[in-house]
Amino acid sequence: MYKRILLAVDGSEHSIRATEESIKIASLCKECFIEVVYVADFSKTKRDVLHSQGREELELSRRKKLLPIEEQLKSNSLTYHVKILHGEPGPTIVEYANQGEFDLIVIGSRGLNSLQEMVLGSVSHKVVKRVNSPVLIVK
Amino acid sequence: MVEKLKKEWFSNVRGDVLAGIVVALALIPEAIAFSIIAGVDPMVGLYASFCIAVIIAFVGGRPGMISAATGAMALLMVPLVKEHGLNYLLAATILTGIIQVIFGVFKVAKVMKFIPRAVMIGFVNALAILIFMAQVPHFIGISTLTYVFVAITLVIVYVLPRFIKVVPAPLIAIIALTAVAIFSNADLRTVGDLGAITQSLPSFFIPDVPFTFETLQIIFPYSLALAIVGLLEALLTASIVDDMTGTESNKTRESKGQGIANIVTGFFGGMAGCAMIGQSVINVKSGGRGRLSTLIAGAFLMFLIIVLGDLVVRIPMSVLVGIMIMVSIGTFDWTSFSYLKKAPKSDAVVMLVTVAIVVATHDLSKGVIAGVILSAIFFVAKISTIKVTKKQEKQNTVFQVEGQLFFASVEGFLEAFDFSAENKNIIIDFSGAHIWDDSAVGAIDKVVIKYRENKNVVTIKNLDSASQKLVDKLAIYNNSNAKLSGH
Repeated sequence: MYKRILLAVDGSEHSIRATEESIKIASLCKECFIEVVYVADFSKTKRDVLHSQGREELELSRRKKLLPIEEQLKSNSLTYHVKILHGEPGPTIVEYANQGEFDLIVIGSRGLNSLQEMVLGSVSHKVVKRVNSPVLIVK
Repeated sequence: MVEKLKKEWFSNVRGDVLAGIVVALALIPEAIAFSIIAGVDPMVGLYASFCIAVIIAFVGGRPGMISAATGAMALLMVPLVKEHGLNYLLAATILTGIIQVIFGVFKVAKVMKFIPRAVMIGFVNALAILIFMAQVPHFIGISTLTYVFVAITLVIVYVLPRFIKVVPAPLIAIIALTAVAIFSNADLRTVGDLGAITQSLPSFFIPDVPFTFETLQIIFPYSLALAIVGLLEALLTASIVDDMTGTESNKTRESKGQGIANIVTGFFGGMAGCAMIGQSVINVKSGGRGRLSTLIAGAFLMFLIIVLGDLVVRIPMSVLVGIMIMVSIGTFDWTSFSYLKKAPKSDAVVMLVTVAIVVATHDLSKGVIAGVILSAIFFVAKISTIKVTKKQEKQNTVFQVEGQLFFASVEGFLEAFDFSAENKNIIIDFSGAHIWDDSAVGAIDKVVIKYRENKNVVTIKNLDSASQKLVDKLAIYNNSNAKLSGH
């Protein structure tokens, strides 16, 4: 079964649904491990830094976005690890996914940026195209 | 030590060289445009960008950050250049550097962390507005062709990056539209109309100003403002680069580094500069991480000017205006509008006041200082409101006190009690409060003694240990025949 799952999230509703699906898959086998990845988008860095008083508050505001996801994973008593990466979301997830040995990548179909991603999110699109492992896109 | 040097300089050679070249290309139009804002020859901004970038590569605290001639600094210099000329600007640049080094020695950067974010948001918004306003005389009401060129530039810089990512779009706009303007003999104002380009490396000279107290009096206020604004933008930019790269940086070293860079720049005919948010973001996005990227950016910029100086003077002003409009749109914090709605009212006011003062005075440092003072006043006002709620519990009247009790809040505290009660059991609960000074203890005395005058029984409870200590030491209400005096 899938032992190492990479769950790419951005705190949107789609990523919460992606979490639910990951949990379903993960609970099928005992030693399954979920790596939750959140990418702090370069194009939003200026805004994020400007709107937070110092580094600690910035970290906290990002962790807060992931809180509902972590709670779900915790309540299902799964082993997981949260990783915050920095960069452009698409390429960063692809690079990270291809570096680590993951059996499955789970990602929401679109994220928070509704304007750019009317049809299929450009991030999930890039991930499907360029990641080596199987990908599950959650609607 | 050698290990660290190696890591900061040579751990990412390929990425740093490529990113440095991209940044150099993106820097040229800005360096020229900021010189024009300051009212000096384009060479002053170009020399500044070269010197600052090269020196900060060695002495800065944040590898991968780009420093050069900037809009924030250029805007501050305008009156000095207008009234006293270039040499005074160079002298002011050197003094700015000296002040920044002193700031570095006294670790002022650590204090700047406490500048409220509302002020910083106001700062970038005001900067964006001023950069935009500085463009207006260069394109409003000159000619229809000017408008057309500005519009085409804007289309290029916003649409092209979707297709071409390697070369910065502003540079493509400049090359293409300068070519069009030259071959069609278009009647447009060019950079050459506003100043000359010298195709040589900067050389050392001492600014030609009288070394008198009077000179110091003229340049000091400018230098101080430049030092504050430069440091503020440098620290903001450093935090942004820190976050993008997920690494830490030495802010004190950065402050000293900015100072050294400005001192040297002043002696080589360049204007004061600081870190640039936009360019640093471009650098990191293009793969620049180490000190090498900053060095390459400065060096390659100078190389291009020496080789292509003839063409630079023929760049139409309208294209630079278009690029500066893009810079101002990129600088503005567009989430400010939702911030105004969501943030506490006092923060929103601080942000707006900061912007308003900068736009009115054209001086970013005044806006920041006003913003900081205003937030301090709001802060005192906020913590000096104390809440006292009255509850009836069986035969006891309980007053619940919440907040900080100190000299600024005692008045509100006293007003919250009504002293008409007689023969009652009164309990004052301080579990949600803290006692700070002797005027606070005095106020408690006053309340207790006044109630006792009407034969009430007063009990004070739930003081935290620090407050209890202070009350034990200073309060007089426990003396059986206490009267109101002493405090």
